[in-house]
Amino acid sequence: MKISVIITLKKDVLDPQGKVIHQTLDGMGFNDINEVRQGKYFEIDTKESDPKIAKDKVEEMCKKLLANLVIENYKIIDAQ
Amino acid sequence: MKSSVITFPGSNCDRDMDVALKKFGFKNKMVWHNDTELPKSDLVVLPGGFSYGDYLRCGSMASKSKIMKSVMNFANSGGMVMGICNGFQILVETGLVPGVLLRNKYLEFICKNVFVKINNKKNTYFKNIDNDVLEFHIAHNEGNYFCTKDQLKEIEDNEQVAINYCNRVGDLEEQFNPNGSIKNIAGIFNKKKNVLGMMPHPERMIDPSLSGEDGSLFFNNLINNLK
Repeated sequence: MKISVIITLKKDVLDPQGKVIHQTLDGMGFNDINEVRQGKYFEIDTKESDPKIAKDKVEEMCKKLLANLVIENYKIIDAQ
Repeated sequence: MKSSVITFPGSNCDRDMDVALKKFGFKNKMVWHNDTELPKSDLVVLPGGFSYGDYLRCGSMASKSKIMKSVMNFANSGGMVMGICNGFQILVETGLVPGVLLRNKYLEFICKNVFVKINNKKNTYFKNIDNDVLEFHIAHNEGNYFCTKDQLKEIEDNEQVAINYCNRVGDLEEQFNPNGSIKNIAGIFNKKKNVLGMMPHPERMIDPSLSGEDGSLFFNNLINNLK
């Protein structure tokens, strides 16, 4: 079973990389952008076949390693 | 006094720290990250470098390595643990000290001497030190200290701020903040003040012919306080 997770910076955390990407896009002519925030995406292929158990395990992984909850949020976006 | 320096894959200031500790009288042992037990120590140091290639987040992988269980037990029972640079990043990832270290505000790797003002001398690391301002070296890409508003209040209420970036005479203005850290914070303690994490490298300032001697002041004072 494959679980997909995205990790994003919390709202009030400064994202200088996102800002630079925004400026670059702006310079390329994409002038209608309000903000760009950069995040991370993980695909975790697990032997667990029960989606509920697999999701719970991935959630634990997010809390313990994949995300730092002081600055980041995680979201499991897909399980198949 | 006995000390231990932990070497992680990608540590690169571990031997500098070994040289510094021995120069000021510590009997130092190097400890491999895959070991499970700490040698008997009065001080444990997590050195600078790029443990695990800074993968995922700086310090995140190293914070889960085998030796860190012993380091955390040691710290939680009152043992002295100091994390320098990447070692500070590892400490925040373990939760031993609050907050996180983000990418530097202006996206530059910063490598230069800075001045830091000692904010709290009521602890084993800085008590009896005459100077209020020390010149240390920094070399990092992720040293922008960040914490939530609630955490900041708690840190300040408990006097956990160890050192702040400043100028030569100790002015704490934003222009002397190299990396965007909240309130110019360069180093913090845990609540009990036995764990210290800081971005600057005192071990790079122990020889006047290389850089300076404010690191010598720091280590001399530290070993005397531990005796």
